[in-house]
Amino acid sequence: MQCQVCKKAPATVHYTSIVDNQVKKVDMCEACAQEKGVNDPASFSLADLLLGLGASQKMEEASTAAGGDQNCPQCGFTQADFKKSGRLGCSHCYEVFADGLDALLKGMHKGTHHKGKVPASLRRATDVRAKMTKLEADLKAAIGREDFELAATLRDEIKQAKKAEAEV
Amino acid sequence: MNVLDFLITPAEACQRSGPNDKIVFSSRVRLARNLKGVPFPGHAKKADRLKSLETLVPAVSGLPQMGTDPFAEAMDKLTALDKQILVERHLISREHAAKGVGSGFVLNKDETVCVMVNEEDHLRMQALRPGLQLKQAWMAIDGVDSSLQEKVEFAFSDQYGFLTACPTNLGTGIRVSAMLHLPGLVLAEQINQIIQAVNKLGLAVRGLYGEGTEALGNIFQVSNQMTLGETEGEIVERINKVLLQIIEHEENARLAQLEKKPKVLFNHIGRAYGGLSHSHIITSKETMNLLSLLRLGVDLGMFGSTPKSLVDELFLLSQPGHLQIGHPEKLDAEVRDALRAELLRQRMKVVPPPDHTGVVPRPA
Repeated sequence: MQCQVCKKAPATVHYTSIVDNQVKKVDMCEACAQEKGVNDPASFSLADLLLGLGASQKMEEASTAAGGDQNCPQCGFTQADFKKSGRLGCSHCYEVFADGLDALLKGMHKGTHHKGKVPASLRRATDVRAKMTKLEADLKAAIGREDFELAATLRDEIKQAKKAEAEV
Repeated sequence: MNVLDFLITPAEACQRSGPNDKIVFSSRVRLARNLKGVPFPGHAKKADRLKSLETLVPAVSGLPQMGTDPFAEAMDKLTALDKQILVERHLISREHAAKGVGSGFVLNKDETVCVMVNEEDHLRMQALRPGLQLKQAWMAIDGVDSSLQEKVEFAFSDQYGFLTACPTNLGTGIRVSAMLHLPGLVLAEQINQIIQAVNKLGLAVRGLYGEGTEALGNIFQVSNQMTLGETEGEIVERINKVLLQIIEHEENARLAQLEKKPKVLFNHIGRAYGGLSHSHIITSKETMNLLSLLRLGVDLGMFGSTPKSLVDELFLLSQPGHLQIGHPEKLDAEVRDALRAELLRQRMKVVPPPDHTGVVPRPA
């Protein structure tokens, strides 16, 4: 068994930790274990180490399950590159390696769906789309009720919204 | 302009004050962003990196939040010493200091906003505040980010949020952190329990210079690890709560030490004073540890009217890079250790000997 950190020396130190009911294992050589402070409970790098290596392990499992060696058509990044660096090549990689990533992200983050800030440009577009959907539903309902006065107002509003969408 | 001339002097920099700054040195919020359609810096060709650098440096420098005449430079134009000073001031990461052609750095005049271009991501933007001011730092960097979004388009996905080179930063791209001085918890041997408890909450505890560094001088950095699935506000709020608790524990640990083992505490502080005032050879590591105890003594009122800014300034000035300033030849460690001792002996002259008689157990 090879050391997962330096990928050179044979692994003689085997570290297992359980975080949030997830087992994380790292195999290291003596020197790397010393450097990462495995014997020292006040160690700071261990959490990073576990996170980093655990991540590439999971990716590897995921990619094997998905049927082997993918690479990103946009930037040429490969699964092996990810395993080596723990980083992705470009934003498109997130789509290419999506299958493996989901499991990885689940273990790494609070959720797998972004809940934070959204760029203002996208937010405006989303808002306009949501407004249109609502207006169209209201219009349909108004026509159904034969409330043509309201329908006329709604029709004008939809026209306005369409114009706004074209501008975004 | 040389970066060393641009930077605020250590004496001035250490005058900055903020809430809870006896225990919290500084607060920082960093956002990771990437340009749409351009490979991440680690996988980009040199031409791509140069192109994004040429786009981003002027775009960032021109932001209203960067004020007038910010410092903006390509990393290959900075000397090794310049970079080391920036690391010691916590303005760039050690990883960024290792970068050359195709990477850059922008800093505003009051050193509250600082942006690394083409580090691991195209942009690593951070807002800095003295003391515990995470919300203020988040609001500041949020403003920078929003203004910049009017000029450039970032890689963003509906599901994953802002896309980053490393999946650990995905989503918000936010890293909220505070630098803490925790000598009480270290002396009381409670620090490991605290670190473990904080780790369980999904927060990381690291040493002075970030990832994989030692906690010299009883200085610790606490930061979030998870960036996806929560809003920025929630992350800031959560870490703020944890920090307030750590502060309370540190205050209690100091009090308990004063009540139960005052002699041990005064002994540590007295010896630190002696070491700092009378050494002729002293390593950076030893200096940091003794300065930490001196700062604790100042907090307890054992050194008359000595301000803690003096101690903080010595923390900076005794770093290898800062000692090298003004010496054209490269100093080796031995020479530095002697220079450092000389500097400390000089500067400690204004600090009166420790007086423990007036110290009564009261909240730190």
